[in-house]
Amino acid sequence: MSAPVSMTVNGRKVTANVEPRTLLVQYLRDQLGLTGTHVGCDTSQCGACLVHVDGKSVKSCTMLVAQAEGAEILTIEGLSSGELHPMQAAFKEHHGLQCGFCTPGMVMSAVDLVKQNPAPTEHDIRDWLEGNICRCTGYHNIVKAVEAGAKAMGGSHAG
Amino acid sequence: MYEFNYQAPASLADATKAIAAAEDGKLLAGGMTLVPTLKQRLARPSDLIDLGRIAELKAIKVDGGTVTIGAMATHAEVGASAAVQQAIPGLSWLASNIGDPAVRHRGTLGGSISNNDPAADYPAALLALGATIYTTKRQLSAADFFVGMFETALELDEIVTAVSFPIPEKAAYQKFRNPASRYAVVGVFVAKTGGGARVAVTGAGPSVFRVPAFEAALDRSFAAASLDGLTIDAGELNSDIHASADYRAHLVAVFAKRAVAEIS
Repeated sequence: MSAPVSMTVNGRKVTANVEPRTLLVQYLRDQLGLTGTHVGCDTSQCGACLVHVDGKSVKSCTMLVAQAEGAEILTIEGLSSGELHPMQAAFKEHHGLQCGFCTPGMVMSAVDLVKQNPAPTEHDIRDWLEGNICRCTGYHNIVKAVEAGAKAMGGSHAG
Repeated sequence: MYEFNYQAPASLADATKAIAAAEDGKLLAGGMTLVPTLKQRLARPSDLIDLGRIAELKAIKVDGGTVTIGAMATHAEVGASAAVQQAIPGLSWLASNIGDPAVRHRGTLGGSISNNDPAADYPAALLALGATIYTTKRQLSAADFFVGMFETALELDEIVTAVSFPIPEKAAYQKFRNPASRYAVVGVFVAKTGGGARVAVTGAGPSVFRVPAFEAALDRSFAAASLDGLTIDAGELNSDIHASADYRAHLVAVFAKRAVAEIS
């Protein structure tokens, strides 16, 4: 039994018929083809599926697409057009990734942090990233990247 | 996930009707427990009634000696409320340290207490502060509300609408976090109220409980040293891969002292 949902994804209005049991991440990946949002643990711990819903970071593997009816969704694909977003550029510059699987979630999480806390300390960053797991880097360069990304965003860029 | 019918009523009255009419309905708050439960096929409700569209359930207000928080206020909203921070800093800290930021953006007070996970944080605050739970049918004390492991006094078609917390003289919450999930392996909420000290423990047993011996010691002198040498019986406590019952009993004393030290 399908029901219509509509929302705005990366600035584009979208409408689809979905089964109510469809997860937001399934809708983004399988129906909209936005595969930058990853499924890692699928148990709301790792943060690879993190997207913004009405400006707030959420784990899209633990939200029904029906719960996002009418919402504004931002995924890694919509973070910037053309040039890299300053947070993406900082991850590249500071080698804040190795395999890259966790990176979209890390970047989206970091952008939300800087929106709420424009000048985060190292402690703030490590605390905030509790819900994003990386199996490669040991986090050190991710923290450096987020510090640099926050400075580059200048506290004014809301993603 | 098994199939279900999904409804998102815009008012509490419509939600009440929907849950009463459903064959085997479940209420969906933030979904931080229910959605994973559905994904694992551990539940098979006929209907999900999503409370997320009901604006009247989100209010946070402080008046006189009481903080009242709507059932659908998220942990992030409670943690960010300057009024809550000023009135009961320990409650504000608790809300700000549930799970991780993305979980706090979705998880709600009403969802947390209605699920009554033995490792949830909020039940400790409700019991220690002597909170009142308001529902679509009645009001209940925290002591009557939390019945046992994942069990509350709620009827199947009863919806939590708000919780009011009497403002204590002082209160603090300390917890030992599970390093992966951030759930409380043990969490202790200590409140100094006009009626005496109250100590409530989550994470350690099947459901939140008070520790009368700690409370009596703190009534004699509200200082961490008053708890020296006091222990709780490990016999009734949880034992799992995260911590043995004996270790949890030890942690209860340690984290009770830390909470008292924070506010004395």
